[in-house]
Amino acid sequence: MKNIHKRFGGVVALRGVDFTVGDNEVIGLIGDNGAGKSTLQKILSGLYPPTEGEIFVKGEKIDPNNYSVRQAHEMGIETVFQEKALGQKQALWRNIFLGRQPTTKFGYLDVEEAKSETDRIMKQFLGFTGEGVSPDSTVSTLSGGERQGIAIGRAMYFEADLIILDEPTNALSVKEIGKVLDFIREVKRQGKSCVYISHTIAHIYEVSDRFVILDKGKVADRREKGELTEQELIDELTHHATRPETEERSP
Amino acid sequence: MNVIERIKTYNTQLGLTFIGLLVLILFMVTAPGTFLRGRIYSSFLSITPFIGIAGLGLTLVLVSGEIDLSFTAVMGFAGYVFAVTMGFTGSIILGILAGLASGAVVGMLNGMLVTLIGIPSIVVTLGMQFLIRGATNIIAAGQATTLTQLAGTPIHSLLVGEIGGVVPAQSIWFLVLAVLVWSLLFRHKFGDHILFSGDNPETAEMMGISVTRTKIIVFMIFGALAAFSGILDSFRLRTWWPTMGQGYLMTTMAAVFIGGTSMFGGEGTVYGTFLGAFIIGSLEAGIVAAGLSGFWTRFIYGILILIAVTIHTLLRRQS
Repeated sequence: MKNIHKRFGGVVALRGVDFTVGDNEVIGLIGDNGAGKSTLQKILSGLYPPTEGEIFVKGEKIDPNNYSVRQAHEMGIETVFQEKALGQKQALWRNIFLGRQPTTKFGYLDVEEAKSETDRIMKQFLGFTGEGVSPDSTVSTLSGGERQGIAIGRAMYFEADLIILDEPTNALSVKEIGKVLDFIREVKRQGKSCVYISHTIAHIYEVSDRFVILDKGKVADRREKGELTEQELIDELTHHATRPETEERSP
Repeated sequence: MNVIERIKTYNTQLGLTFIGLLVLILFMVTAPGTFLRGRIYSSFLSITPFIGIAGLGLTLVLVSGEIDLSFTAVMGFAGYVFAVTMGFTGSIILGILAGLASGAVVGMLNGMLVTLIGIPSIVVTLGMQFLIRGATNIIAAGQATTLTQLAGTPIHSLLVGEIGGVVPAQSIWFLVLAVLVWSLLFRHKFGDHILFSGDNPETAEMMGISVTRTKIIVFMIFGALAAFSGILDSFRLRTWWPTMGQGYLMTTMAAVFIGGTSMFGGEGTVYGTFLGAFIIGSLEAGIVAAGLSGFWTRFIYGILILIAVTIHTLLRRQS
């Protein structure tokens, strides 16, 4: 993504962001609330177009007015949103295949196929043992980490090359966080890329290869994991986040 | 799935079947003279489909996370469009098609006002209910239309005739539509769109589903179903009345909620609505036959609704 700008009416969310994700790379996208992380992620996943700027996917330039969630899926970009990723009252198999259901004639669902594939995804990608959870279980019966797992498993199953995770560990217990980080390592092991968006540095540091720090709609810094320790990364984020707003506005 | 899991999955349905049987047994005990003979059941089967067919549409709308109060007026309006078109063209088929289309158009208007303008559906459809009922009365000048030409036509027997002199054809239509609505909601791609639009519209949009389009289509389906119910009623009575459909609002909603469909969207039961319609439909006639005065009907509706909805809510919380 090159020189991305996004304005909502008079509010400027992004002012000239360059952002690149390489092959088989986990990028930690860090920033305080309101830094522009979510806006950048929504542009990348096709939810809305940038006001200005260019997007390239696998070297191919994207027409921003023609870019949509569906098109992003087709080009191998999948986003996993916390809370928003799954329908709580629906069975797992409906969630996995929503929008891409296997169908027979006249758009009728191939329920057998959907259930058996869901079972395979749960066991193969996610290591669910089958205890207490089946493709017929509703999402509301799963733990927070398991829910993230289902959403990540869905993305992997549909051959996403780039999986975007927005605050995947928010409000999870320590044990559940461990599960989610394992899912992210699995994404990398399968040769895919990941953008991990969060302001919880400890988790992001553990699994990312590179860090991009956003601040007030701009890229404040880019770092390789080898260059700094977790504490240095935290200090840097704190430094940007606590810088007074006025500095940004002065000419 | 083992037996216990199966029972858990279907406990709402089992509970409802139990309530239905209980009501029936109660009637059989209190008025055996009436309830051990077949005639009263023919009578149930001839009346309940009008509540039931509208209830199927209401179930879809509730699952999509909305509500529609305008359907009683749509029943009357579509009946009128049917009668006038038929009078004008001389064709029953064209009359039926025009009637169904008029219901779908009102549904589309409802859906567009709800999704595109963003007015809560309870408000939109309340307004639409008055508007459509009022407009129908203005155009018809409050006059009934006799439809005696329907008598003896093959379509009349097909829609509301009595099969073997016992089973009213409209009950078969209700059954067929219930199966169709069930398979649409739970076995068709579009059903997934309805379920997720009602459960979590953001999820649906994230996965590339247009919640706006889904909801408009659902309102249109309900409009067409309400219209069909109105047309059937015109066939049954061989007269169109300006008040047609009035009085169905509360009973239809009662049938759907007794059935176990939630107000909160994202889940619902077609089987429940099917059974709920028969429970509600049997009460009125049943209570009178059991020797109680008509005043009791509403009181017993109330008890039944509150008990059923309490049970459904508790069961849902447990799972």
